[in-house]
Amino acid sequence: MGLEQFKNRNVGTQNYKMLDLGESPKTGMDKFKQVVNRTFKLELLVGLGVTMREMINALFRGQMHTVKYPFEKLPISPRYRAIHDMLRLLESGHYRCIGCGLCEKICISNCITMDTRYDENQRKEVSEYTINFGRCIFCGYCAEVCPELAIVHGPRYETASEQRASFSLFEDMLTPIDKLNLQQEYDGFGAVSPNADENIKKTPLAY
Amino acid sequence: METTLVQNLPEVTAAGVIIKAIIILAVISAIAGFGTFIERKVLAFMQRRLGPMHVGPYGLLQLVADGIKLFTKEDIVPQNANSLIFKVAPSITAATAFIALAAVPVFPDFTIPEWIPVLGGVFVPSIAADLNIGILFVLGMMAAGLYGPLLAGMAQANKWGIIGAARTAIQFLSYEVVTGLSILAPIMLVGSLSFVDFNNAQAGGISHWLIWQQPVAFVLFLIAGFAETNRTPFDLLEHEAEVVSGYATEYSGMRWGMFFIGEYANMITISIIAAVVFLGGYSEVGIGWLTIILKVGFFFFLMLWVRAAWPHVRPDQLMWLCWKVLMPIAVINVVITGIVMMV
Repeated sequence: MGLEQFKNRNVGTQNYKMLDLGESPKTGMDKFKQVVNRTFKLELLVGLGVTMREMINALFRGQMHTVKYPFEKLPISPRYRAIHDMLRLLESGHYRCIGCGLCEKICISNCITMDTRYDENQRKEVSEYTINFGRCIFCGYCAEVCPELAIVHGPRYETASEQRASFSLFEDMLTPIDKLNLQQEYDGFGAVSPNADENIKKTPLAY
Repeated sequence: METTLVQNLPEVTAAGVIIKAIIILAVISAIAGFGTFIERKVLAFMQRRLGPMHVGPYGLLQLVADGIKLFTKEDIVPQNANSLIFKVAPSITAATAFIALAAVPVFPDFTIPEWIPVLGGVFVPSIAADLNIGILFVLGMMAAGLYGPLLAGMAQANKWGIIGAARTAIQFLSYEVVTGLSILAPIMLVGSLSFVDFNNAQAGGISHWLIWQQPVAFVLFLIAGFAETNRTPFDLLEHEAEVVSGYATEYSGMRWGMFFIGEYANMITISIIAAVVFLGGYSEVGIGWLTIILKVGFFFFLMLWVRAAWPHVRPDQLMWLCWKVLMPIAVINVVITGIVMMV
């Protein structure tokens, strides 16, 4: 199903097909005829055939649907909205958050709290950053508004935990420095387009 | 012919019969447990799943895990239940299922080798009790099996149980009629109620199978057998979609497990009857017992297959099918068989 079809919620104008169910029997004779007809058309055996075909497909043609879940996971769309990730810069490993506070400002459920200060290099540093996941509704506004793509929604859909607090610290959401090479760039809303390099022009400094 | 057969065989002693009974109990219980594994696997494959996979290789030890679970679960008797009947009912189901197997040929004759200390030289017959009214006995015991679910449902002070019990009564009693009438036509043809005679009557190969002479009776017997073993298209006693679990609602642990074992033993019994009465039994030339195991396996598989494919029927459809369709067809079949035999 394409996106256009999906977005079209206007039921009245869509192409619905009426199934041809035939006439329902009215008299006793009609009912009897229907029973005899269905009996000798062997419709039940068709049903058996379908399940047997599915079994053969599953066993011998590799169409088994099982995902052995805890060991094997399906890829998740980059736009999936779950527990947040804080990304790092790929080159330096420094975190991307510049402490602008836009995510805190836009958060409609008021669950993001941040505190910033100037470090010894007079660079703005996030001293405290928490998200209360008991309140978060995963609307994704924080990720949309972030100018640096620092806060994004991660692909972590196993959100069951003993306490919500275990997800909420900045350090927990931040990509570990040794896993930096595994960091996935967010290509959802607000991300750099795939052909961004072609669109960048040389700056006047090159001359 | 039968007299010569008896003369050639060693004497059937009480010890042999007891050994046979223990073998039937042990092996059929184990097969019933294994049947749950097979059922889960087959249903899973037909729904393109894997089924049990984590306990043992391919989930084979799942039945051991199930057994441990059933035996160690808390044994609950609800407060307002009639506790004696509540406790006895599961054993009725399991016991009748196994008693029915007493008159059914399950495994071949064999003699225990002489070097085994106490039981050496004891002849173990293929049928624990080779009654000359075998089929009647089996059908009667399976009919008595209706008391298990019936008493269980009525004893447990639970409305779902009561509904399950009522459905037990209507379904088992009604379909007993169809089973009896459908198997009556082959009995008329063979002229005996003994499974051995049925087997010998079809000894001449596939063309002698009774299914070719009695296809209608075969289909009727299968349908009624599904209803009597409480298999899916007629799974009204414990219709988990409507009546939570029907007569087994309040049962836990091994009491529930005995219902389960009884159901699977009944499935095996019905499969064996269908194989012996309609599909030639076990006396194929050369392969012998393998063929009946294959036939029984096919019927067992058919029950699982049907469960994967077909929906439940409503109780009124069940009764309509029994009394307005199957019963008249069975009677007509018996009458036509009689006329053909006379002419």
